[in-house]
Amino acid sequence: MKSYSNKTPYLFIGPAITLLMLFSLLPIFVALIISFTDIDLAGIADWSNISFIGLENYKEIFKDPIFLKSIGNTLFYVVFGVPFVIICSLGIALLINFGQARIFKAFRLVFYMPSITNVVAVAVVWAYLYNPQFGLFNYLLSFFNVPAVPWLQDPTMAKVSLIALALWRAIGVNMIIFLAALQGIPKTYYEAAQLDGASNWKQLTNITLPLLRYAIFFVSITTMIGWLQFFEEPFVMTKGGPLDSTTSVALFIYRNGFQLSNFGYAAAGSFILFIAIIIITMIQFRLQKKDTDF
Amino acid sequence: MKTNASNKALTNAKKSYNTQQWIAGIILALGGLLVSIPFIWMILSSFKPESEILQFPPTLWPEEFTLEHFTYLFENMNFGVYLKNTIIVVLCSFGGLFLNAMAGYAFAKYKFKGKDKLFYLVLATMMIPGQVTMIPVYLILNQMGLTNTMAGIVLPGLVGAFSIFLFRQFMSTIPDELLEAARLDGASEFRVFMQVILPISRPILAVQGILTFIAGWNSFLWPLIIANDESLYTLSVGLSLLKGQYGGNFALQMAGSTFMVVPIIIIFMLFQKHIIEGYTISGMK
Repeated sequence: MKSYSNKTPYLFIGPAITLLMLFSLLPIFVALIISFTDIDLAGIADWSNISFIGLENYKEIFKDPIFLKSIGNTLFYVVFGVPFVIICSLGIALLINFGQARIFKAFRLVFYMPSITNVVAVAVVWAYLYNPQFGLFNYLLSFFNVPAVPWLQDPTMAKVSLIALALWRAIGVNMIIFLAALQGIPKTYYEAAQLDGASNWKQLTNITLPLLRYAIFFVSITTMIGWLQFFEEPFVMTKGGPLDSTTSVALFIYRNGFQLSNFGYAAAGSFILFIAIIIITMIQFRLQKKDTDF
Repeated sequence: MKTNASNKALTNAKKSYNTQQWIAGIILALGGLLVSIPFIWMILSSFKPESEILQFPPTLWPEEFTLEHFTYLFENMNFGVYLKNTIIVVLCSFGGLFLNAMAGYAFAKYKFKGKDKLFYLVLATMMIPGQVTMIPVYLILNQMGLTNTMAGIVLPGLVGAFSIFLFRQFMSTIPDELLEAARLDGASEFRVFMQVILPISRPILAVQGILTFIAGWNSFLWPLIIANDESLYTLSVGLSLLKGQYGGNFALQMAGSTFMVVPIIIIFMLFQKHIIEGYTISGMK
């Protein structure tokens, strides 16, 4: 028996659904349409200034040296960032899970803390740490007779420095996901293995890692999508410099959209990023399927 | 004799476990120290006078404590205004949380036409990257005349698919009999939601509430894009402005950062149990 009117459910979902449609789904279509136009500030003011230019934006963007460079930088972030995040957060989760003393619960908090802090504040702090003259990092390195490192001044080093900062922020959430997965593994597996005299290393490679496969897969996909959208750290810390060596695709889109007001051009860039994300995710799902088949 | 030998093996295993636990603990302690350095350095530097910051070699503990940078933030920069705006954003996002809870409830407990399709649509929005919607949302807000207004800053992030999903998951476990009983007592649908559902959903509300607070406090992108006027800036936008204007004044920058980060750390410490266990509630396995 139904005791409520037919309208009730729609009243409950109405506000949330409307907002989601307006700010998540509709924008996809708007982005696709404007990516075929030359809309800019004049176009916003008066729609008659907008003209349809077909694939021109897409053709041009692949000739844009800064866009090509930003693709290269983003790939650099993905290739080095994803494995580092997985290894560090998994390693820390394993160590924390290993301990039974109470202090190990406190370690969870310490490693989780960076991930809840404000990215701007954190980038400001790290920019100070990285400062070549007054920064703490170079001072600490000077104890070991390491010459001053140009953390944010050298094109390659700047990318590495940004990865270090993002890694620091990414460990927390992923560590918690791994910890939750580790706690889901039945203790009896380990007891059986210990009776057979399996070493810790054997237990890790033969029980823990295979059973964590789903968690590792989940973390690697979300981390990779995160790196593909890498934006705030380079935006606040380096503004994409030196010489655009830290400009990510997301930062390129932002800059073209909101600083140069080439909305159509930026929308084309964002669509390319979107498609890249979809393709990479699909490839990963394929690989994962193959992996579980045997 | 035999039990003696196995006892010995057991104590040996325990001993070796203890050594290994110590090693794990020491590695984690060193790693934890490394991870905490930015926080420690930020807080200590924010109390150092300008001259001490530029000193070489740097001091760890401030030789002279000063609050001048914090007062400077409020007296010479508009941090009071930024703080007010940030609090408004946080309050509005709690309104958004309420809308998410309502939608989650309807998806969990009502039968209606198009329910499954709508729910998949909600889930699909989770996969859309922010960079794709960034420009169109700006154009849509511009068309609605909401650029450079508080409404424009708040609206794009007000509701979230993931939050709706979590509410739905939690509320599906509430028994229907409870709702029927309240209805038989003559309670309206909205009252059932307010007085039966929400109190039961306290655990999920706690997790979501804390995460909403953190997200609102940290909100950066939409205030940055939408606000042209300094009177609408949030703390994070103000801080990035400060970095641009006072590039060389590290003590002031650290004071601004401390002011943003420390409240979040305190909230986190108070509610950490909810946050970390929230991941288990949300069924991330």
